[in-house]
Amino acid sequence: MTETLAVGALLALLVATAIAIARLRNLFAVVALTGAYSFLMAAVLTALDAADVAMTEAAVGAGISTVLFLGALHLTGALEAKPAQRPLIPLLVVIGAGILVVYGTYGLPGFNDPAAPIHTHVVPRYLQDGPRETGIPNMVTAVLASYRGYDTLGETTVVFTAGIAVIALLRRRRRPKDGEGKR
Amino acid sequence: MTTLGHLGYWATVALLMTGLYIVIARGHLVKKLVGLGLFQSSVYLLYIVPGKLVGGTSPIVDQGARVYSNPLPHVLILTAIVVGVATLAVGLALAVRIREAYGTVEEDEILAADDHDG
Repeated sequence: MTETLAVGALLALLVATAIAIARLRNLFAVVALTGAYSFLMAAVLTALDAADVAMTEAAVGAGISTVLFLGALHLTGALEAKPAQRPLIPLLVVIGAGILVVYGTYGLPGFNDPAAPIHTHVVPRYLQDGPRETGIPNMVTAVLASYRGYDTLGETTVVFTAGIAVIALLRRRRRPKDGEGKR
Repeated sequence: MTTLGHLGYWATVALLMTGLYIVIARGHLVKKLVGLGLFQSSVYLLYIVPGKLVGGTSPIVDQGARVYSNPLPHVLILTAIVVGVATLAVGLALAVRIREAYGTVEEDEILAADDHDG
């Protein structure tokens, strides 16, 4: 019960932070709140036993993403323009989408249901044979680096491609500038 | 009990709606990327919450523990977080490029500039 309550309280804080992010127009404040949001998310993930994900979220979400956002804001300007009209249509679209997704959740098994398919399909096999087969007690590491090692290699390719894309985009930015001698 | 059991999902849906709203309704491109990030992190929760078993521990096999939460969503979401920050970097680089080309990152002004040129 305590666990469920803690998760519920943290989720409520997350939703409050998200709404504050949506309402603010000063983007430096938004980025600061995004960092707080990432740490709250890491806390929720820890409470949900996802220790590896929580560490990654705290390092990547609150660390690297915040630095990237601050750099981008420095280059693009940090104050958002006032919206021209009341955002009625977006609100209707979002509420409609929300109702559809909530309707969809009724097809899912409830929280903490040990008989749910997610807990009975392949996981018992991993937990039983994993340590013997891979020699790693942490099942997340075992699946990520051993059973699904090639997928992780593919992920590295994606990150590498993204790095190349960023370099290509930002390098083209400089050349005309140097040529024209501005700034 | 199903209503109580679904509260976690509904918090996830609330985050998803907030992210979607920012992406649709706000004009600043960097703010849109913040909204995409919120949307994405709601998907993290959608995967991780069903994997939790109350009274369980992290899926690190040990003599003392008998119930483990599900490790498979954790693996998927680890990958998603890392890929997410890579795509975020590309998105921000595009925003910086657009600012160089148009002098603004507000969607309305970019569209108006395009109309003016066309």
